[in-house]
Amino acid sequence: MRAFDYQRARKPEDALSANAARYIAGGTNLLDLMKLEIERPERLVDLNALALDRIEDLPDGRLRIGALVRNATLAAHPLVVARYPVLSRALLAGASPQLRNRATTGGNLLQRTRCPYFYDPAQNCNKRDPGAGCSARGGLTRNLGILGISEACLATHPSDMAVAMRALDAVVETRLPGAPGETLGRSIPIAQFHLLPGSTPQIETILQPGELITAVVLPQPLDGAQRYRKVRDRASYAFALVSVAVTLKMKQQSVARVSLALGGVAPKPWRIEEAESRLVGQQLSDDALKTFCDALLSGAQGSATGNAADPHRLDNANDFKIPLARRMMIATLRDAAKEA
Amino acid sequence: MTDPDRPSRTRDEHPPGRRALLQAGAALGLAGGLDRPARAEPTPAAPPAKPAGAHPVARKVAKVAVTLSVNGQKHALSLDPRTTLLDALRETLRLTGTKKGCDHGQCGACTVLLDGVRINACLTLAVMHDNIPITTIEGVGGPDHLHALQQHFIDHDAFQCGYCTPGQICSALGMLGELKSGAASHVSAKLDGPHEASAAELRERMSGNLCRCAAYPNIIAAITDFAGKAA
Repeated sequence: MRAFDYQRARKPEDALSANAARYIAGGTNLLDLMKLEIERPERLVDLNALALDRIEDLPDGRLRIGALVRNATLAAHPLVVARYPVLSRALLAGASPQLRNRATTGGNLLQRTRCPYFYDPAQNCNKRDPGAGCSARGGLTRNLGILGISEACLATHPSDMAVAMRALDAVVETRLPGAPGETLGRSIPIAQFHLLPGSTPQIETILQPGELITAVVLPQPLDGAQRYRKVRDRASYAFALVSVAVTLKMKQQSVARVSLALGGVAPKPWRIEEAESRLVGQQLSDDALKTFCDALLSGAQGSATGNAADPHRLDNANDFKIPLARRMMIATLRDAAKEA
Repeated sequence: MTDPDRPSRTRDEHPPGRRALLQAGAALGLAGGLDRPARAEPTPAAPPAKPAGAHPVARKVAKVAVTLSVNGQKHALSLDPRTTLLDALRETLRLTGTKKGCDHGQCGACTVLLDGVRINACLTLAVMHDNIPITTIEGVGGPDHLHALQQHFIDHDAFQCGYCTPGQICSALGMLGELKSGAASHVSAKLDGPHEASAAELRERMSGNLCRCAAYPNIIAAITDFAGKAA
């Protein structure tokens, strides 16, 4: 691990005034990457003493989740369990219990991809080393993306939590470095928070340098049913191959309202609101669902098995994600409809 | 092997066991002229023999004061901030019951309890835990005063090599606290509790602890037995 200066922030201003610092909260991804010297911060500001660890039931029915709320705490919170079960389910499907006890709400949004080429400094990676090229092309693509990817980068965002938050239309609240005494903050809809890689895969979010996530706000609870379904290579403690977060309200056999986000397939939670609008008023027929899935998977590119010498090797393809995502969307919507 | 911050160990405190012999062997290897890479150092300190700047890691680092409260004992330390909680426990405080497996949060061998909550000690910095009560396997029980769960691990033959066992036991204690609080798991049918300590629940809730000897059935049996008697 490279040397760094360490500082404890007692209030948000301490953090915001620390120039060129990286923030550390749970540290479960950052320290992992610092040990590999993929992350090399000059200065680390510890946020754990900040009073950002509360969950507030706002008067208008929204729920504000402090950035330092641990994933395990959030998953088990009675208001989340009662109103946003898709979020509890997504959190419980991610990582291990020890990691969930440490990882925070803000940090989960900011975790880096688990692309094996990003993690291996011997490989070329445009995200790690802009301009170096991408060794993932033609390589082991099993946990890489099929949507929103670019020539420069195939990486996926690995979070389960963010997929549920995208289906729930969460808003990320931040504070920006500013003049002393000045409060500069903004509210970022989660749809705009993560960026597609384009030719700059090293830029992953809309956050400016030094900008601090203070909370994530969930809108008023939705009626109907919520589901999170995750398919992975092991029954537990593995990243998603494909995951689906759904909120659904039916009225007289037809869709009254729906939101659906996919995980494991793109550099950000993947959701197409226009497709949802077109599904409203329709029954969940095979045709309607096909049209809906076609819209979500429009432009999907998977890589086919390319290793003829080792045909049993399963990790060098990801085109299976296209039919898998389709089946999961249909199955999850139909399952939700039973209670919606 | 020449970290100036490490307290020199006397024979009175620690009889030369397997660990000391292994370390002596490693030191001899260095003295014999073997060009060991810097990563052979057990603590993440810059190699002292090389001048500053010769290696990209060599940079003057300000030490950070931290009081670690471990198993009821307070230790006022001054640490290189890079020191993980795991390395501080093992290398600075000589509490070697907590094991280093993967050192990347994947195996759970380093599991300790932080204020009763289980975490991976390898993925957190020691300086982030000023005055927060930490319990390691040494604080759970020892040969003269076994914790009931340790006895159940012995009774059920719940380990072979034993390397993952301290982490399994700390993790199980934290896990049973989570279960008692009503927290759901991925396999729980309902999100609100209470949840039973069924085999399926225990397997999911212990999935952050790997066992290369695959003693899983006996680990689940030991925890089930303990949970039944403790309830």
